[in-house]
Amino acid sequence: MGAALRSAAAPRRLLGLIVPAILLVAWWLATSRQAYGLIPTPGEVVTALVDLATGDEGDAFSGRLPAHIAASVGRVYGAFLLAALAALPLGMLVGRLRWAHTLLDPLLQVLRPIPVTAWLPLSMILFGLGARSAFFLVALGAFFPILVNTIFAVRSVEPRLFEAASMLGVSPTRMFPKVVLPASLPGIFTGLRLGLGFAWVVIVVGEMTGVQTGLGAMIMDARQLSRTDVVVAGMVVIGALGFLSDALVLALGRRLLRWSPSHG
Amino acid sequence: MAEPILVIDKLGKRYGTVEALRGADLVVQRGEFICLLGASGCGKSTLLRVVAGFEAASAGRVVVSGKPVTGPGPGRGMVFQDYGLFPWLTVRDNIGFGPRARGLPSAEVARIADRFVETVGLTRFANAFPHQLSGGMKQRVAIARVLANDAELVLMDEPFGALDAMTRERLQDELLTIWAERRLTVLFVTHAIEEAILLADRVIVMSPGPGHIVADERIDLPRRRDVSSPEFNEVRRRLSAMLHSDHQREDAA
Ligand SMILES: Nc1ncnc2c1ncn2[C@@H]1O[C@H](COP(=O)(O)OP(=O)(O)OP(=O)(O)O)[C@@H](O)[C@H]1O
Ligand SMILES: [Mg+2]
Repeated sequence: MGAALRSAAAPRRLLGLIVPAILLVAWWLATSRQAYGLIPTPGEVVTALVDLATGDEGDAFSGRLPAHIAASVGRVYGAFLLAALAALPLGMLVGRLRWAHTLLDPLLQVLRPIPVTAWLPLSMILFGLGARSAFFLVALGAFFPILVNTIFAVRSVEPRLFEAASMLGVSPTRMFPKVVLPASLPGIFTGLRLGLGFAWVVIVVGEMTGVQTGLGAMIMDARQLSRTDVVVAGMVVIGALGFLSDALVLALGRRLLRWSPSHG
Repeated sequence: MAEPILVIDKLGKRYGTVEALRGADLVVQRGEFICLLGASGCGKSTLLRVVAGFEAASAGRVVVSGKPVTGPGPGRGMVFQDYGLFPWLTVRDNIGFGPRARGLPSAEVARIADRFVETVGLTRFANAFPHQLSGGMKQRVAIARVLANDAELVLMDEPFGALDAMTRERLQDELLTIWAERRLTVLFVTHAIEEAILLADRVIVMSPGPGHIVADERIDLPRRRDVSSPEFNEVRRRLSAMLHSDHQREDAA
C-alpha cells in the first residue's frame, strides 16, 4: 500500500514544477530583451553558477563556491546545535516548572519579536567583527523557534496520560522521562525543524558581520561589485541547501516519529 | 464474610462551589461485578476517580483491601472512555508499560506483555501503534494494560460508550469472560440500563444533587443473560422506573 501511494505521489510532485517553470520563463522574457539590464537573465545566472563552482573565468568569485558552502553549512549547523543545546533545556524548564515560567516567560516574550537584524550592531560590539558574531546571530535565529515550540510541546501533554501513567505505577519524579518527554517529541521536532530553517534564513544577515567566506559574505561582496548574477546564484544555492537540509530532517522525523499520525 | 475489597464510607466531594458527591456509601466484595448507573452529572465519574486516587475526597473515606486510598496505585486500574493509551508505544509496549514502570526485568516484562496481548486477541497487532487501531482494539489494549499490572480492582468509566453496537457487544462478552477467569473485581460506570443489567452482579443506582446512592439492586439472572427474556425485561422496567422517578423529582424541584 505504501509503495502504491508513493508511486502515485511521484507524478503529482512533478506538478509542483509547473509554477516555477512559468516564473522562470517570465523571468527570461523580462530580462533577455534589454542588454546590460540590472537584473541578470537565467542564462547569466547559470553561467555564474558554473563559474563559481568550477572557476574557469578566473575572477574573485571563480571556483570559490565550495569554500563558501562549507563555511555557511558549518555555521548553520554549528549555530543550530548551539541554539538547540540552549533552547531545549530552557524550554522544558519554562514549560514544566511554574517558577521558571513566572521568572522567565515575560523576558522571553519581549525578546522574541526583536528581529535578528536589529541585533547586528550590538552583536558586533559584543563579539567583534567576524566569525563569532556571525555564529551568534545565526544561533539567535534558530533559538526562538526551538524554544517556543518546546515550551508549547511540554505544556500540552494530555492530562489523561499522567493519570494513566500514575495508575500504572509511575512516580511523580519519573513522569518527565516516562511521559512528558516522549509525548512532546513531535512538538519539539517541529521546533527543531523550524529552527534549522530559520538558521538558513538568517545566514546572510549573520555573514554581514565581515566574515571572509560564506554564502552571505559572497552575496555582500557581489553586491558591492554590482555582480547581480553572483547575487542571484548565491540566492539559488541558499534556497537549494535549505530545501535539502529540511528534506533530510523530515526524513529523519518520519523514521523516529513513526508512531505520530502527523509525522509517520 | 471475608474482608471487602472496597469500602466507600460517607464519601463527599466538592469542586469549589459544586458539590459532586455527598454521603455516598458502598461496600464491594472481592470478585463482584458492580455497575454504577445514573443520569449525566450524578457523580459516577467523580466517585470512580476518587477510588482511583486521581481526586482526593472532601469528606468521608475510601478503603481498598484494608488500606485508605491516598493516591493512584497499580492495584487499582482505570479503563478510560478515551483509552488514554501512550501513542508513542506499540500495543505490546503499552501493555508492558506497568510491569516496566514497576521495575521488573525486561525478560519478565516481555513475557507478561505477550501473554496479555494474546488474552485480548491482538497478537497480530502487537507491533502496531495506537493510531493504527480501531476504537474496540484500543479499548482491548487499555484493558490488557490494566490486567498486565495485576490490578485486582478494575475501574471502568463508560469504557464502551464510544464504540459501535456490535463492537460493544463483543467487548462486553470478552470482559465477562476475563472477569470470570481472573476473578477480578470490576466497578463499571454506565448510563445504559441494559448494559448494567447485562453485566452486573449488583447495579448501584445514583442520583444527582449532590450525587448519592439511591438503590442497590442484586441481579440474580444466570449468565450469559438474554436481553430479550421476560426476566431481563422485568428488571429493566424496575430500574427504569427508579431512574425516571428520579428525573421527575428533579423536574419538580
Ligand atoms: N473537575 C471538575 N471541576 C468542577 N466540577 C466538576 C469537575 N468534575 C465534575 N464536576 C461536576 O461534578 C458533577 C458530577 O460530575 P461527574 O462527571 O462525576 O458526573 P457523571 O455522573 O460521571 O456524568 P456523565 O454521565 O455525564 O459522565 C457535575 O455537576 C460536574 O459538573
Ligand atoms: Mg462521567
